[in-house]
Amino acid sequence: MKNRPTVGEILQAKGVSRRGFLKYCATTASILALPPSMIPRIAAAIENTRRPSVIWLSFQECTGCTESLTRSAAPTVEGLIFDAISLDYHHTLQAAAGEQAEAARHAAMEENDGGYLVLVDGSIPLGNPGFSTIAGISNVEMLKETVAGAAAVVAIGSCAAFGGIPGADPNPTGAVSVMDLVKDKPVINVPGCPPIPMVMTAVLTHFLTFGTIPDLDKHGRPMTFFGTTIHDRCYRRPFYEQGKFAKTFDDEGAKAGWCLFKLGCKGPTTYNACATTKWNSGTSFPIEAGHPCLGCSEPNFWDRGGFYEPLSTGHFGSGEKLAGAAVAGVALGVAAAAAGRRRQAKFTGEG
Amino acid sequence: MTTQQEVQAPASPFHGNVRPILNEVKHALDKLLETDIPTTIDLASLPFGPGELEYLEATLGTGELSARLDALGSSRIRETIYPGVWWVEHRNAFDEIVGRYIEITRSPEILSSQDADIAAGRARLENQFE
Repeated sequence: MKNRPTVGEILQAKGVSRRGFLKYCATTASILALPPSMIPRIAAAIENTRRPSVIWLSFQECTGCTESLTRSAAPTVEGLIFDAISLDYHHTLQAAAGEQAEAARHAAMEENDGGYLVLVDGSIPLGNPGFSTIAGISNVEMLKETVAGAAAVVAIGSCAAFGGIPGADPNPTGAVSVMDLVKDKPVINVPGCPPIPMVMTAVLTHFLTFGTIPDLDKHGRPMTFFGTTIHDRCYRRPFYEQGKFAKTFDDEGAKAGWCLFKLGCKGPTTYNACATTKWNSGTSFPIEAGHPCLGCSEPNFWDRGGFYEPLSTGHFGSGEKLAGAAVAGVALGVAAAAAGRRRQAKFTGEG
Repeated sequence: MTTQQEVQAPASPFHGNVRPILNEVKHALDKLLETDIPTTIDLASLPFGPGELEYLEATLGTGELSARLDALGSSRIRETIYPGVWWVEHRNAFDEIVGRYIEITRSPEILSSQDADIAAGRARLENQFE
């Protein structure tokens, strides 16, 4: 790893000017949702960072997470990041197969012992090791072997982070999450079905830039992206405050773009960055397309009642009134805002 | 040139997300005048409904000075009709927007020639004489 070039050297070799580098740092701060006052620190850190090795393991998954990542919205920034990491093992993307592929994984583990990142998508079946194997190795065995020399593990997608759909009731394979099995390494959860591509690359960028893992919430998710709810940053929130709700998908409220709370929107209890980062090159996000948030980045989202049941009737059990849920929404907003202020204060050295 | 009407956020069909930003710009201008401390607003982290970002950009308008930077894709840096308020837009090599900021400053830093580039350029110039 010591022989790998620094990111500063990579950019210099590409003929990138200092202005270009400052632009790269500004967009990196933006990706990491850090205040622009952090740009000089990012610049100093990036210049001296070396390429980390990354091993990507795919278990019980649908490849949607990889599809999401490889269709990231900002190819140049991501391109630079991927120039800056060494993706040494990934079933779907690598050219090698069979024994060659496994040899590449072992070589990367040996060469970068103690310093590489393991990215995992998919849950791990414990019911029967034969439910999911790679090169004849069970998922749980491969995970334990690979994380032994890792610096940290990133669980990509809701399956790896929380068990996801394979782990949904009745969980026929006995699927568990990465953090259920990995107890002696830092585990960063990047849930979502799939996660926002920018969020995945941002976690890698954070590690690349600062050599540390980001601040995490109680579910192991980076506070930068999972510190506020969809509802807190939703452009339709003013309608929620005004009590203007769509009640069916084709009523006047739906046509006017009013709040989708009564159509089952899980925005008030879902922590994610969709409302500002958006999808498909920043085009829109589910609520902007007229559909309630399903809450896919929350633990066990699949088993938390009907997608179209309002939070006031489904999520909190029976009999809760809309007013009760509204109070909960406001309380969550206050807590998230306080958490956001703490994070900002940490970086700016204030408060 | 600047009227009160220009900084009024519209009612329907917009969602009221523009006016707070215009207020933030106003306060940042006070800060710049009083303390000479610049402010950068990263628009990526703020909520916008359909049409609101375009409305914000149109409201701030185009002022006396515009610049184009070609480094890792193009960037547009232009002063708005409000002096000291700059609209900065970074694009990648595929011409996709990767960063959008309002900078409240006398001049965005990225417009200045950077020491490392000046030194590299000086070395290139010296080679001309050999």
